[in-house]
This record gives sequence, C-alpha cells and structure tokens, in this order.
Amino acid sequence: MTSRVPAFKVRATARVADRAMHLALWLIALTFVAVLIGFVGGILKEGWSELNLGFLTRMPEALDAGGGIKPELFNSLYLVALSLALAMPIGLGAGIYMAEYAGQGRALRFFRLCVETLAATPSIVLALFGMILLVQMLGWSFSIRSGAVTLALLNIPVITRVTEESLRGVPRELLEASYGLGATKLQTILKVALPYAATGILTGVVLTAGRAFGESAILVFTAGTNVSQHFPDFRLSVPGETLSVHLWYVTSDGTLPDATQIAAGTAAVMILVLLALNLLVRLLDRAIRRRTR
Amino acid sequence: MLSPQTPETKPVKLSVRNLDFRYGEKKVLDGLSMDIHAERVTAIIGPSGCGKSTFLKCFNRIHEVSSAVQVSGQMAMDGVDIYRGGIDQVDLRRRVGMVFQKPNPFPKSIYENVAFGPRLFGVRDRATLDGLVEDALRKSALWDEVKDRLKESATGMSGGQQQRLCIARALAVNPEVLLMDEPCSALDPIATAKIEDLIGELKENLTIVIVTHNMQQAARVSDYTAFFWLGKLIEMDLTERIFTTPRERMTEDYITGRFG
Repeated sequence: MTSRVPAFKVRATARVADRAMHLALWLIALTFVAVLIGFVGGILKEGWSELNLGFLTRMPEALDAGGGIKPELFNSLYLVALSLALAMPIGLGAGIYMAEYAGQGRALRFFRLCVETLAATPSIVLALFGMILLVQMLGWSFSIRSGAVTLALLNIPVITRVTEESLRGVPRELLEASYGLGATKLQTILKVALPYAATGILTGVVLTAGRAFGESAILVFTAGTNVSQHFPDFRLSVPGETLSVHLWYVTSDGTLPDATQIAAGTAAVMILVLLALNLLVRLLDRAIRRRTR
Repeated sequence: MLSPQTPETKPVKLSVRNLDFRYGEKKVLDGLSMDIHAERVTAIIGPSGCGKSTFLKCFNRIHEVSSAVQVSGQMAMDGVDIYRGGIDQVDLRRRVGMVFQKPNPFPKSIYENVAFGPRLFGVRDRATLDGLVEDALRKSALWDEVKDRLKESATGMSGGQQQRLCIARALAVNPEVLLMDEPCSALDPIATAKIEDLIGELKENLTIVIVTHNMQQAARVSDYTAFFWLGKLIEMDLTERIFTTPRERMTEDYITGRFG
C-alpha cells in the first residue's frame, strides 16, 4: 500500500528564519556585553589613577584635596552586613512560610501581594519613611542603625522571594522520599529542602547585598552624609556615610577641589567590590552545589 | 509463589473496606475492598489512570502531604484503622515504607541516604548507624557493590543501583509494609531482574504491595494480583488463577492484551 502522506521537506524560509533568529540573538548578546565592558572599563579607567593604598586608608577631607575613603568603605560593608543580619531571619522565615506552610489559598495571595508591594516601593519612599519614623520620631538621628533598619526593608522582599522560589524548585520526589520515611515537615524542610535550595538562596542574598551596597537614596536620608572621626567605629548611633552616598555628595556639594578625582576613585572601588562579590557567589555556589546536589 | 492447592497461612496485614477516594470533585477510587496478607507480595495491575497508584499511596497517606484529599471507607493495618484509629501520619509512614517510580536518592552520599531514616528517629551513635546502614544495604543486595564507596554521592550510581539504594533507605527504618509504585519502570531488564529477585527475598518478613503496568512482572513476583479498572477493583485472586483462569471477562481481556 502506498502512503498518501507526502515526503515532507523543511521549507527554505523556515531554515533562513532559524539562522536569522540565531544571528539576531547573538548580536543582542554581543551588544549587551559590549555596553557592559565599555561602562565598567570606562569607570575603571577614570578611577585607576586614584586607586592606591593611600586613597583607601585616608580619612576624607571636607575642604582640601587629597581625602580618602577609609570610613566610607567601612560603613558600606558594615551597613550591608547589618541590614542583611536584620533581613535574613525575616526574609528566610517569610519565604519558608510562603513555600511550605501558606498552602495555595487566599492567605498566600495576600501575603504575596504584600511582599510584591514592598519590593516595588521606590527606595526614596522607604528613605523618607525611615527618616520620619526612625531619624525624627524615634530620635535615632542620622545613624548606622537608622540606615541599617531602613536598608533591611529594601532587602526583606528580595530575600523572601528568592527563598520561596528556591524552595519551590526542590524536586517533589525528594520531598516525598523524606516524608515517605516518616520525616516530619520541619525535618523535611531542614534536612532536604533547605540544603537543596541553599545555592539559590545564597545567590539571591549576595545579589541583595550588591543592591544594598549600591543604594544611595535610603542612606542619604537615614545614615547621613557624615562619618565618625574614630576608625573603625562599630557604634550604631554614629552617622555612617557610605561609598555611594559619598560619590553623590562630593559631586553635588562642589566644595572639594578634587571632587572629580575622588568621585572617579570611589566609583572604581564600588565596581571592584561588586565584581569581587559576584566572583565570591560563583565560588560559593560551586562549593555548595558539589556538596548538596 | 502461593498456589491454589496450598491454603493461605499468613494473617491479613492490611484490610480495605468500601474505600472511596476523592480528589476535589473527581472520584478516583470507588468502593474498593480487599485483604492483603502479611509476608506476601500483592500486585496491582490495570491500565493507566485506573487509580492503582492512588490506591497504593492511601496506605501511607502520602497524598496528604501536598494536597487535601477525601477518603471514606475503612483501611486498617493489623486491625487498626489508619485514618481514624489514632495512628499518627508520621508514625504510619515509618511503618509503611515506599519505593517510588523514579529512583529518588537524596543528593547526599550513599551512606547518608541509608542513614537518613535512622537519624530522623534519633540514632546518633556511629557504630549503631554503621550497622544499620550495612544491614539495609545487604538486604537490598547492594552491599558488595558499594561497600568501598559509601562516601560517594548516590547520584553517581546507575539507575538500578539508585533504586536498590532507595529500597535500602526504606528498609533502614524497619518497616512492616513496603509499597512499590512501578519500581522498575525506569530501569533496564537486568536491573529489573535484580529488583524482582530482591522482592522475592524481602517478602520473607515484609508485606509487599507493588503497582506495575508490566503484567509479566506481576506474574513473576506476586502471590496475589488485583486488577483495577476506572477506580474499581474488578477482580482479585491468587496470581496463578488471575493469569490462568480469571473469573471476569474484563480481566482476561486485559491480561491477554485486548485492551489497556
């Protein structure tokens, strides 16, 4: 019996479209990389001459040239660490609740709406909220603690989301295996789900750290534009200008004769720290993945 | 294998009466009743979607981990209702182990996979754990293959080894019943033969219920066979009778490949 189905051939136009799409996507990716290299390269080139040990270890100057960024670099890292320490327990807890306990109903939808609203709140709104509530009403003034708490508000929704997503990505088979052996829900979460989700959560936390590191609006209004004269000053009540605030301040204030050079150097340091942070997450991710997958 | 000439000497381990199972609006299981004997292998066969896998999961209530289900009727183990008899779900799952369709070892070492269950129940002592791990791996005929690489990741093993590891992991908490949900469907014939041999050995002191879509497998490993169709139990009898002289026309049509 001869078949009625003709011997189909892939049409030439389909082939061409396939190639063309491949080429177009490759060009878009290339443009992206080129823009990024140009951008990062430009910042590093501008700031390169400023990058020396003296710049990193001197105190800033208010009126004269030759100031450094020692306390700003310290404050940036200190504030990121404090805000993460505040945001992690809340974000992780909320994420675990949403993924494992909230079910699929109305409670989950409401909770998700709250998290998304907080995530979408412009940072200037959080900044003013922090300033009115913490700096003024509670009388915390422009300080490390006002900055850390307000910055944590920025971090919480991101950590919550990434925790929830990572936990939802845990294969159902592994959870069933655990429950099937007589594990309780808590045991399953602690021994199976969280270890598996760890790399995803870690990546999210480091990205959050990067965002917090670069944040300026919130910190201008809560941590202020001054630094303590002691170093290192771990007190929570002292003002804590960060690198990004410093960058903004020296360029807009205009009293420093070498403001342009200081800004270029500060920007270069920030970029380098962020690159180091990204490198770190890669290494940690690989190490954890080897142990838990 | 049990033959029609020898009388059943083993007590009933699991008894099911008028079991209905609803998932939302849909009735998945409809009025099932059967007795499952201790230290026997009971196979459940039937076309895809007949509810055999759902039925299996009723024995350890693992559905209830992720979704709300409605079960009515009675399901008892050693005469105690496992839904209303005051048995804790978590305790039930320790007593009624499960092996899944796809091998699902944890992304941990071979040793840690087997030790996972005992650790849940508070076993900390290294020597005790070592003993339990070795014992479970021997029972699942895996010890000789893995004794020198217990620290290696379980995900690097072959599919058949992974499935035997999952059996070892289930055995390590000393269950009374072992549920197997198409345990060989992802395995090649050699690995399948090893699992089938293992089932024959394990039934010495375990009650085994196995769901399979492979009728030859049911014929090879089981003492009893139950045929399901559209959520109903059509026929259950000694495997030898089901495959030679079934009472129902529908059973005969299914096992001879006329539908399904």
